Amino acid sequence: MAEMDTSSGGGHHKKGPGVKKPKKLSTRVDLTPMVDLGFLLITFFVFTTTMSKPTAMNMNEPKDDPDNQLKVKNSGAMTILLGKGDQVYYYMGELTPENMSQQFKSTNFKDIRQVILDKKKATPIGDLMYIIKSDKEATFKNAIDILDEMSINTVPPGHYAEVDMSDTESELIRLTEQANGIK
Amino acid sequence: MGRAKIPRKSTAIDMTAMCDVAFLLLSFFILATKQKPPEAVTVIAPTSVSSKAAPEKSFLITLTKEGKCFLIIGEETKKKAIINDLNTTRALGLNDAELKKLSNLPFIGVPLANLKGMLSSNQVIPPDKMPGIPIVDSANNELVDWIRSITNVYAAEGSKQSEMEDKIVIKGDNLAKYPAFKNIKYALKKNSIFKFKIATNSETVPKDSELYLFNKEGGNKPQ
Repeated sequence: MAEMDTSSGGGHHKKGPGVKKPKKLSTRVDLTPMVDLGFLLITFFVFTTTMSKPTAMNMNEPKDDPDNQLKVKNSGAMTILLGKGDQVYYYMGELTPENMSQQFKSTNFKDIRQVILDKKKATPIGDLMYIIKSDKEATFKNAIDILDEMSINTVPPGHYAEVDMSDTESELIRLTEQANGIK
Repeated sequence: MGRAKIPRKSTAIDMTAMCDVAFLLLSFFILATKQKPPEAVTVIAPTSVSSKAAPEKSFLITLTKEGKCFLIIGEETKKKAIINDLNTTRALGLNDAELKKLSNLPFIGVPLANLKGMLSSNQVIPPDKMPGIPIVDSANNELVDWIRSITNVYAAEGSKQSEMEDKIVIKGDNLAKYPAFKNIKYALKKNSIFKFKIATNSETVPKDSELYLFNKEGGNKPQ
């Protein structure tokens, strides 16, 4: 540390043989505050820098080819419908007017994982197909979350597809939403 | 008996070395930090378990929660060619100065019809006031034209389609409605682009899920 030199005042000059030489001032500076500042800045930068690395999810869209429609077995198909207010609806196989009320079920994003998993375990892999349909009130987050759910449950690519929703399905969702009071 | 006198030592330490270290670290952190790429508007992207890094030089299609669409051409070397191509294919009638001005803009967020007017006036419109690229439906979807120009430029250079597909990234807000996303997908499909990327924030794989167990066994990630 540098010390302040207070011993030799330059004010009064002594004369005579015993004149003291002016003491040489130390060039050393106290660096403690500078170190403090340095570390303060480091901490500031470390804390303000977000370590978020953007990631990207791959997406494969099917070619729209009316002549080459993929045939899906009813036993292996599960249709997932995304609705308003983060609601998820699903049914197995085909929706007919007779079985509509028992088949059409509503759930949420938390519970759909188990349903997907159960279906995957119960179906031979060759027949497995998840059909994802999004309502116009569904959000972008919903669409991505359900695709993410597919990779969480390691559903192989090619066994799920996004398809446009039919009018009966959107009507059914609307009725269910009314019944469940979802705005 | 007098005790041995212990000489008093100064407690002052030489701070020079510590100071050096502090500033060395400081300069390291400042230089190592990468600047965030320009963003048209703030968008909160959804999360996914994907661990792939997003491409750096990308054609970023941003979708805001109001459903506005913005395009950021991150590939600076191709930006000029893409704009020139669009100028001819859509007969925008932009002169050289306006083309130059357009290529200097960080992002595109106005309909093609407003482009000339915006470039000739010196007013700067803030991004949140911009109307965005129209993606209303299949008939009025100008993103189709932008993507077509991108494909044209890549085709003219003889680059592979997959090279371009790797760079197309959609970044949407959590609250954006699905039809807007569908219209963006339409614009890509219309130009025979069936593979693209979705920008997400990473999230941890849920414990005991299929993927978690799969990763634990050391398997490669499917997809």
